[in-house]
Amino acid sequence: MAAEHSPLAQFEIKRLVEMNVGGLDVSFTNASLFMVIAIAAVTLFLTLSMRGRAMVPGRMQSMAELSYEFIANMVKDNVGSEGRKYFPFIFTLFMFVLFCNLLGMIPYTFTVTSQIIVTFALAAVVFIGVTLIGIFKHGFKFLTFFVPSGVPVALLIILVPIEIISYFVRPISLSVRLFANMLAGHTLLKVFGGFVVGLGLYLGWLPLGFIVVLTGLEFLVAFLQAYVFAILSCLYLNDALHLHH
Amino acid sequence: MPQLNIADFPPQLIWLAITFVILYFLMAKVAIPGISDVLESRQNRITSDLEEAKRLSEDADKAKADYEEALSQARSKAHGIVSELKASMAKEQEASKAELDAELAKKAKAAEASIRQAKETALSHVREIAADTAKSAVTKLVALDVSDKDVETAVAASMKGDA
Repeated sequence: MAAEHSPLAQFEIKRLVEMNVGGLDVSFTNASLFMVIAIAAVTLFLTLSMRGRAMVPGRMQSMAELSYEFIANMVKDNVGSEGRKYFPFIFTLFMFVLFCNLLGMIPYTFTVTSQIIVTFALAAVVFIGVTLIGIFKHGFKFLTFFVPSGVPVALLIILVPIEIISYFVRPISLSVRLFANMLAGHTLLKVFGGFVVGLGLYLGWLPLGFIVVLTGLEFLVAFLQAYVFAILSCLYLNDALHLHH
Repeated sequence: MPQLNIADFPPQLIWLAITFVILYFLMAKVAIPGISDVLESRQNRITSDLEEAKRLSEDADKAKADYEEALSQARSKAHGIVSELKASMAKEQEASKAELDAELAKKAKAAEASIRQAKETALSHVREIAADTAKSAVTKLVALDVSDKDVETAVAASMKGDA
């Protein structure tokens, strides 16, 4: 009973269809359901809105074109012309995270991006992919990425380990940022929802007003975190392609 | 925290991989080409429309220049015709005026001559009448037959005095 009312109960994984392939648990869970809903929603949004192929776009077509141009410009500005190849991946990443975040804002839904394993998997794909791109493109020269230029040799002994640590922390910071934002927002909403019920008809209005404000903020966070996830992926990609410094 | 339950990780990772890969192919093969096609065709349309507008504006400029040239040509031509006409009319006028002047002068001269002649005739008749009157008056007054020659002398003398 206590667990049912816990603010963290909303993050529990429930197996909707138990499945097991070769000893591996591949059950279709509530998280899986909302991943499927998210990709269906993204695909329907981007194909149905563009079905008219209007010269002068309507509301939905404008939104689809806007999201395309938003990410296209992000890739162009942060990665350059070489980034065109990776645009579909960054676009998929952004739309997936954005739709998972936004779907989570609907009451009684499950927020896929509030699962650390999901955000970490996405960040790990970005990190490993970007590192492989850097190694394939530059070979051993990729290691110079960890050596800042124009620094005295004595300082390099300190700086190189720092650079290496900051590089390998990237997937953790990238995944924890998104996970923590989603977790905190949804937990807070649930906690204040509990206050509304607890304080009753007389004082319950205060936390209710707070929830209204917080919901607006959470929509902003949903957009912002998807944006941050995508733009950081672009920056990492740019580092790997151009070995800045 | 339910997120840290390791037993829940495999199904999530599997389904994340499945859904993400499906979404990637849907985006890369369907959604992105669809949107970029529309954006590209719009861009092409805008570019071609702008070019068409530029071409039309150039045509209009050319037509305007042609029109202005034709207008100025017509204006100068009209100006030429007017000045030519003016000159010829002035010449004609001059000629007819001279002709008229000459005719008028001739007519005036003829009139003067006829007036002089009439005056002379009248004057000669006056002398004759005066002489006759004087003769008859003298004859009646003094019953003296005066010769015409004397009378005429006397009349001429008095007329000279009058004159």
